[in-house]
Amino acid sequence: MTDFNYQKDSDGIVTITMDMDGPVNAMNSEYRNAMDVAINRLKNEDGLTGVVIASAKKVFLAGGDLNEIYSMQPGQEQDFFNIAQTIKSQLRFFEKLPVPVVAAINGAAMGGGFEICLACNYRVAINDPKLRMALPEVTLGLLPGAGGIVRLVNMLGLQAALPYLMEAKALSTEKAIEAGILQATVDSPDELLPHAKQWILNNRNNPQASIQAWDTKGFKIPGGKADAPENNLFTTFAAAQLFKKTRGLLPAQNEILNVSVEAARVGFDAALVIESRSLTRLVMSPEAKNMMSTFFFQLNKLNAGASRPEGFDKSEVKKLGVIGAGMMGQGIAYSAAMAGIEVVLKDVSFEAALKGKQYSEKVLAKQVDRGRLTEESKANVLALITASNQDQDLNGCDLIVEAVFEDMALKHKISRSTEQYLQEEGVWASNTSTLPISMLAEGSQKPENFIGLHFFSPVDKMPLVEIICGDKTSDKTLAKAFDFVRKIKKTPIVVNDSPGFFTSRVIITYLDEGIRLLTEGINPVSVDNLGVAIGMPIGPLAIHDETALKLTQSIFNAWRDLGLESPIGDTSIMEGVLTTMIDENHRGGRQHGGGFYEYPQGETKYIWPELTTLYSNSDAEIVGEDIKDRLLFRPTIEALKCLQSGVLRASADGNIGSVMGIGAPTWTGGYIQWVNNFGLQRFIDRCRALEEKYGERFAVPQVVVDALESNSRL
Amino acid sequence: MTNTAYIFDAVRTPRCKGKPDGNLHEVKSIDLGASLLRALQDRHKLDTSYVDDVVMGCCTPIGEQGSDVTKMIVQNAGWDDSVPGMQLDRFCASGLEAVNIAAQKVASGWEDLVVAGGVESMSRVPMGSNGGVMGGDAGFSIETGYVPQGIGADAIATLEGFSRSDVDHVAYTSQQRAALAQENGYFDKSVIAVTDRNGLTIAERDNFIKSTTTKEVLAQLKPSFEKFGQQGFNDILINKYHTLASINHVHTPGNSSGIVDGASAVLIGSQQAGQDLNLTPRGRIVATAVLATDPMLMLVGPAPAALKCLKKAGLKKSDIDLWEINEAFASVVLRYMKDLDLSYEQTNVCGGAIAMGHPLGATGGMLISVVLDELERRQLKRGMISLCVGGGMGISTIIERL
Repeated sequence: MTDFNYQKDSDGIVTITMDMDGPVNAMNSEYRNAMDVAINRLKNEDGLTGVVIASAKKVFLAGGDLNEIYSMQPGQEQDFFNIAQTIKSQLRFFEKLPVPVVAAINGAAMGGGFEICLACNYRVAINDPKLRMALPEVTLGLLPGAGGIVRLVNMLGLQAALPYLMEAKALSTEKAIEAGILQATVDSPDELLPHAKQWILNNRNNPQASIQAWDTKGFKIPGGKADAPENNLFTTFAAAQLFKKTRGLLPAQNEILNVSVEAARVGFDAALVIESRSLTRLVMSPEAKNMMSTFFFQLNKLNAGASRPEGFDKSEVKKLGVIGAGMMGQGIAYSAAMAGIEVVLKDVSFEAALKGKQYSEKVLAKQVDRGRLTEESKANVLALITASNQDQDLNGCDLIVEAVFEDMALKHKISRSTEQYLQEEGVWASNTSTLPISMLAEGSQKPENFIGLHFFSPVDKMPLVEIICGDKTSDKTLAKAFDFVRKIKKTPIVVNDSPGFFTSRVIITYLDEGIRLLTEGINPVSVDNLGVAIGMPIGPLAIHDETALKLTQSIFNAWRDLGLESPIGDTSIMEGVLTTMIDENHRGGRQHGGGFYEYPQGETKYIWPELTTLYSNSDAEIVGEDIKDRLLFRPTIEALKCLQSGVLRASADGNIGSVMGIGAPTWTGGYIQWVNNFGLQRFIDRCRALEEKYGERFAVPQVVVDALESNSRL
Repeated sequence: MTNTAYIFDAVRTPRCKGKPDGNLHEVKSIDLGASLLRALQDRHKLDTSYVDDVVMGCCTPIGEQGSDVTKMIVQNAGWDDSVPGMQLDRFCASGLEAVNIAAQKVASGWEDLVVAGGVESMSRVPMGSNGGVMGGDAGFSIETGYVPQGIGADAIATLEGFSRSDVDHVAYTSQQRAALAQENGYFDKSVIAVTDRNGLTIAERDNFIKSTTTKEVLAQLKPSFEKFGQQGFNDILINKYHTLASINHVHTPGNSSGIVDGASAVLIGSQQAGQDLNLTPRGRIVATAVLATDPMLMLVGPAPAALKCLKKAGLKKSDIDLWEINEAFASVVLRYMKDLDLSYEQTNVCGGAIAMGHPLGATGGMLISVVLDELERRQLKRGMISLCVGGGMGISTIIERL
C-alpha cells in the first residue's frame, strides 16, 4: 500500500502522481486510500495555487478494479454503493477546490482514469497516436460509475455523450480535442507537466479556471435538458433503437441510457447518486458477472496462453501455405498477410488462386478509401501473397492450412501429396468445421504434426479460431498452431476431437431445436422471433438457411459414411425435415434458391408459405417461455456435455467459443458461464421440467450435478 | 348514496426538501408514486386486477409528470394491465379531490375499489413550470384582477388583523407539533420509506421539519411577497378591499408551506371489495365538498367548504373531533379557525405543511393518513380535512374512524 507521490513546487502547485503497487494504476482500495491522504494534505495546504494529477505508469489509470467489483455479492449493495460514493466525493473535492486542477494524461485513460480527467478543469495529453481515452465499462455489463456519465452528459450534452457511454467509443487525442473533451496536447512526455503548470500559472487571475461549467450559476447543458423538445424526441427513439440492438437483455445499456437522461434532468449531485445506484444494481446483476468473467478474466487468460501447452519456445510462421482459395482460404490468406506473414495461396487453377488473392486487394482498397491504410501498406500486404497452382510453391512452409471442400477423401489426397513441401517440423492444419481431425490425420505421414484450425466466416471479421487436437496431435504442434493464431490477432480456443468439435456441434442443437419446434406445429415466425428474444443474433430457421440446409444434410451424411455417431443424439426429426425440404422441395438454403424462407430479390425475406402447410398445427400449445428456454437450454446442455466429455479442456474455451464463434447471447457470457449465475440448482430443476415435458435431450448433464455437490463453479 | 366508501388504508412517502439538494430529488415522480402502490399491494396482498381505477392529483402535470402520470405510475408499479389511471389537477386540492372522486365512484356503486392520492416532485418539476392562464394571460389578469396567492395570504392577515407574531406562532406550533408527533412515532404507520432498486434506503421519514426553530429565528426572516406586492399587486387588492391602507406582508419562508417532494395513496372501496379481498376498513368517507370564493383573496375557501361538507353530512361542528387545514400559509390556518370558531387544540394537532412541506398535488391524500392515524391513536371518531385552493376554491372531506 503506497501513497501517491505528492510534490509542491515553489509556485504553490501540487503535483499528485499516481504510482500504485501493481503494474498499472487502478481504482481500488489502495487508490481510494491514497486519494484520501492526498486530499487531506491538500486541505491543509497553505498558498496552494493549483493541482496537477499525473501518473508514473505507462497508462494514466486503467479503470476500476474488476476483482473487487466481481467479488461483490448480493447483500453487499450498501458497501458497494458507499465505495462508489467515496470515489465520487473525492473527485468532487477536486472540482470544488478554489484552484485549478489539471489532468496530465501521459497514457491510456480508461474507465475510471478517464473519469478522473473529466473531473479536472483542464486536460492535457501527450500527442501519442496510440493514446486512447474511453469508457469501456459497458462491454463488461457495467457503467462508468465515477461520475463519467454525469460529467460527459453535462460537458457534451445528452446526444453527443451517448456514443462514448453506450458504445464505449474510444477517443484518440485528436478526436478528444475535436469533441471538446481534451484541451491541449504536447509533443513529448517532458513537456507534459510544464504545460500543465504553465496553464495554472496563466490562469492565476481567472476565477473561472477553477470552476467546472456545471458548477457555475446559470449553467445550461449543451443541447438542452432532457425535456427539451429535441432531446425528448431523441430519447423516444433511443430507447427503441437500444431495444432493437439488445432485445432488452443487456441491463448495462438500459441503465446507461436512463442515467444519461436523468443526468440531463436533475441536479448534478443527485445525478451522481443515481449513477452510483445504477452501477450498484449492475454490479450485482448476473449479466455483469457473466460478462466480466468471460470477456475479461477468461478472455485475457485465453489470449495470454492458458490453453497453450507449456515448455515450448514461441514459434513463428514465416511462410504459410493456404490450399483452396475459396471464401475461407482467401480470408485466411488475407489475415496472415495483414500480420506480415508470407502466404502462398494455392488452388487447382491459377485463375482461382488469383481470384482468391483479389479478395485481399478488395478488402485493402476499401481500407485505403476510408483512410485507414496507405497505398504503400496495401502494396506491401499484397506483395506478401503469392497466388499459385503449383504444389512446389508451398516448399518451405512452416504451416499449411488446407481449406478445400469438406470431403474426407479429397482432404486425404491433398495432405498426402502436399505435406512433403512442409519444413521438417512444419504443421499441417485442416480448416474443417466437421470432419474429425484424427481421421483426417490418418492420411498424413506425421499425424503428430496434424491439427485442426477451424476459422469462422468471414475470416477477416470473425475473431475466433477453434484449434482441434486429434488423438495424435503433439503438444508442440498445438503450441505452434496457438502461436500462429495469436500472431494473426485472433483468439484461439483449444478443443479435443469429436464430430463437429465444439462450435459446430453446439450450434447444430440450436438448429435442431428450431426444427423440432417447427414440426411440433409452432408458427415458424414465432420460432425465429423467440430465438432472437433470448439474444441470438438470428433465429434457428433463419440461420439454418444462411449456413444452408444442404450443408447440414451433407454433414450428417458424411458422419454416417464415416461410421460416426451423431454427437447430439437423435437427429431423425431434423433429417426428416431436411429430406422433405431438400429432396422433395428443392429448398437447400439461401444460396440454393431458398430454404425455410423465400428471398425475393430486393425485398424482405418471408417464410416459405408451404412451410406452414407442411408443419403448422393450430392445436400446438407451447408457451413462449418454454420455447425460449428450449432454444437456450439445448446449446447450453450440449456445451456442458462437451465439458463433461473432455471435448472442452476448460470452460473458458467453451464460453469464448460460443460467444465469438456461434453467437451465444452476450448476456450469457457463453453457454457455460450463465449457468453459474442462474444458479446450479435452478438450472437442474429447469432441465428436469423440460426433460419431463419435451424429452431426454434436456436431461441435466452430470457435470452440473457434480459442480453443485462439490460447491464449485462450471 | 348506494354504498359506503370505506378507507382500507392510507400511506404516504416521506416529505423531503423539494430542491436539487433534497433527498428525493434523485427519485422520479413515477417511482415516488409506484413505491406507494407497491406498499399497498404488499400490505394487503392485493390482487391488483380487482382495482377499478387509480386517481392521482398532480399540480404540475408537465414533463415527467405530464400526460397522465398516474397511468404510468400504475404501470411502473407492475400492477395488472387491466388497471387504469387518471391524473387530475385542481391545484392544491388535487390530492383530496382524488380521494373525493374515488369516494364518489365507490359511493355511486359504479366502482368497488379505487386508489386515490397524488404525486408531486417539486424539485424535478418546479411549481409553475406548467404555465397557465392564472398570471400567464395578461388580458385575463387585467380583466379579473389577478393577484399571486402569497399576497392573497398577506391580504387575509391584514384584513383579519393577524400580526407577524400571530402567523409566526402558527409556524412555531406547527414545527413543535410535527416534531413531537414524529419523535413519538405517530407517523410511522403510514410513512413508507423510499428505497432504490437495490433495496437501499433513500428517505425514511419526513426530514423537512425544523424542530429546533425558535420564535426569534422565525421573526428574523424577511417577508416573501413584499417586493411582489409593490409591483402593483397590492394596488389591485386595495382597489377591491378599499378599507385597507396597505398590505401587511407577514408571510415568510418560515410561516408558509415548504416546497417538498412526496406522494400519497389511499385505498378506498366498497363493503363488497372488503369482503372479496379480505380487507378491514379503517374508516369511511362521510361527505365531500368543493366550492369557490373570491379568486383575488384566493385562500378563503376552506371554511365555506367545511360548512358545505357538514351540511351535506347532516353533522354539526361539534360532531367533528379533529380539524385539519392545510398550512399553505399561516393566515389560512388562522382564518379557518376564526371562521369556524375552532380551538387550536383540535386543529392541525400533528403540525402541518409549514413544518413538513406541501407537495402540492399529493398533500390532500397525505392529510387523510395523518388524520386517520390520529383518530385511531386518540380513539376519536371524526375528522374534517380542508385545503385552500388556487382560484379561490376550497375543498373539504369528513372522514370517520371505524
